[in-house]
Amino acid sequence: MTVNGAAQNHDVEPRVLLVQYLRDVVGLTGTKVGCDTSSCGACTVLVDGESVKSCTMLAAQADGAEITTIEGLGGEDEWHPVQRAFHEQHALQCGFCTAGMVMATVSLLEEIPQPTETDVRLGLEGNLCRCTGYHNIVKAVLAAADARAAAK
Amino acid sequence: MIPAPFEYVRAGSADEALRALVEHGDEAKLLAGGMSLLPLMKLRLATPAVLVDVGRLRDLSYVRDEGDHLAIGALTRHRDLETSDVLAQQCGVLQAVAAEVGDNQVRHRGTIGGSVAHGDPASDLPAVLLALDATFVARGPGGERTIEAGELFQGFLETALAPDELLTEIRVPKAGAGGFSYQKFNRRAQDWAIVGAVAVTNGSTRVALVNMATTPVRATAVEQALARGAAAVDAAEQAAVGTEPPSDLNATPEFREHLARVLVRRALEAASV
Repeated sequence: MTVNGAAQNHDVEPRVLLVQYLRDVVGLTGTKVGCDTSSCGACTVLVDGESVKSCTMLAAQADGAEITTIEGLGGEDEWHPVQRAFHEQHALQCGFCTAGMVMATVSLLEEIPQPTETDVRLGLEGNLCRCTGYHNIVKAVLAAADARAAAK
Repeated sequence: MIPAPFEYVRAGSADEALRALVEHGDEAKLLAGGMSLLPLMKLRLATPAVLVDVGRLRDLSYVRDEGDHLAIGALTRHRDLETSDVLAQQCGVLQAVAAEVGDNQVRHRGTIGGSVAHGDPASDLPAVLLALDATFVARGPGGERTIEAGELFQGFLETALAPDELLTEIRVPKAGAGGFSYQKFNRRAQDWAIVGAVAVTNGSTRVALVNMATTPVRATAVEQALARGAAAVDAAEQAAVGTEPPSDLNATPEFREHLARVLVRRALEAASV
């Protein structure tokens, strides 16, 4: 598979989960394990551009796929528009859910480029914020959508 | 949490999957999107020795207009149902309910066939398919057979599919402009329904319930009352007749019976019965 554009080739046990593969084998720890039961969305990554909970997918299922993690969006020098919107709208408190929220947002905006507030709340229903900081997260997603539209 | 060790076989075709099932017998489980099976395996509630991954059989992912009915490939993802123009025009209820399954991430992986074959009475789509009188096509070593919706769901996580059979297609009648409504009661947005009720009108009215027994069930008493000319509000009073609702952390059987009556009334009203 490719992870953030770089080819990765490892033999792993069939039971290795994608999130374990990304964190423990590839060494990308930006993706978090929260509930480990596909409820909280902290482990969300993009598989061929679509959001997926990487704690509920086998690494073997992702063989050959293009994976994008939070590290693949942008670094300190050049943030992704969604990262910038989360920063500017103060859409994080403890930060544990943030990587998953950002990845879910990137996928959502691909599917619904100009979402309403309801679209955003429904679109992020699979991501839980343990600080309950949802209002600013929704604001950030709407701001990111506007920034994305303005850039085009 | 990590599943117990298993052997992983990736099927390149339906025939390859069937050969693997024959070889490994009931030691093997089919893996589609994995949205139901993998959580069970992580909790070690399921410990198959062999996983046969059919997730790449893209030729079983389609929604086709077959003239008098629609044919849906078993490996069609919820996301693809949600965005299908054919469904939007011909079977709006299936499109609408696919959009209610889990959350975006789950809908990007989960498939209609996986949901059906898992046979969970709390799942959304099986009850809709029951209300639609869907027909299921299964392929086994001896060839293909069809199973009617009323025969498929046998018990809790049990279906009429044999261990060496692969569900390949789901056929649903065209609903055209018929009314429909799905009422799902849960506490958190992404949760399973504590109780759900679906009503579909197309000439007659059919009603099915989620999580009111060990399988999805038709609300036969409601349907019969409507056929006799009862008003929706009166027919809905019969919603819990013949059900055996479970008791769990979320609800007692009595509360579920109450929910069934309320949700069926709302579904009938929203479907303009």
